[in-house]
Amino acid sequence: MKQPQNAMTLRFDSRSVNEGFARVSAAAFVAQLDPTLDELNDLKTAVSEAVTNCIVHAYPDSVGQITLTIRLFENSLVEIVVKDRGRGIPDIDQARQPLFTTGGKERSGMGFTIMESFMDNLTVRSAPGKGTTVRMKKHLSVRLGSGGAV
Amino acid sequence: MRIEQKEQGLLVHLEGELGHHEALEAMRGLEDVIDSYTPAGLELDFSGVTFMDSSGIAVVVQSARQMRALGGDMAVSGVSKQAMRVFSAAGIPKLVRFTEGGENR
Repeated sequence: MKQPQNAMTLRFDSRSVNEGFARVSAAAFVAQLDPTLDELNDLKTAVSEAVTNCIVHAYPDSVGQITLTIRLFENSLVEIVVKDRGRGIPDIDQARQPLFTTGGKERSGMGFTIMESFMDNLTVRSAPGKGTTVRMKKHLSVRLGSGGAV
Repeated sequence: MRIEQKEQGLLVHLEGELGHHEALEAMRGLEDVIDSYTPAGLELDFSGVTFMDSSGIAVVVQSARQMRALGGDMAVSGVSKQAMRVFSAAGIPKLVRFTEGGENR
């Protein structure tokens, strides 16, 4: 893939209060592409799901580090990478199934389904005991006048 | 969370962002409210919810289960476009009734 035109990385504690920080920061960074409100909401929702997964599943009994990286490519392509060094996912296919959850009744098991339907592309890499990397891409509409220029 | 008692049951207004961080509290609050009032009907008003992720689904599904166990009716109203996209991606409109809102007001 080509070099990104702009990129940022944030690292923060896996505390649930940081979910809001992560999605608002993501939206603020992507705003330079002049996305539609719907596109911005889709990105925020996907970030929220990925970060929640880290907090609930990667570090269930401790506070660890979460890294959020966003890269902007030409033609308004946005790549979002959410990475942890937590527990890992033993069976990724199972974890991506709608309604599957190990999070108890307060979780719906729809996190990956939401990420998949709100983004164009989703890949998950995980190694038990080492951590998980979720990589998502979405093409934003290029709007006349904005040019999508960074 | 703001609660109003109506003739048809309870009208509960949810407010602010509804992510994992907030959902647990909302869920426990709703569970207690339904337990103590055992209403004939429940309307969850989402018009004050400014952002929602899949955590909101769990809140609605749990309340729907609880209301079904009571033999009561439940509806969700005032859902924003963003929240509706989350509910729709999970197929929730097939399980729970969504309304424009105001029917219990």
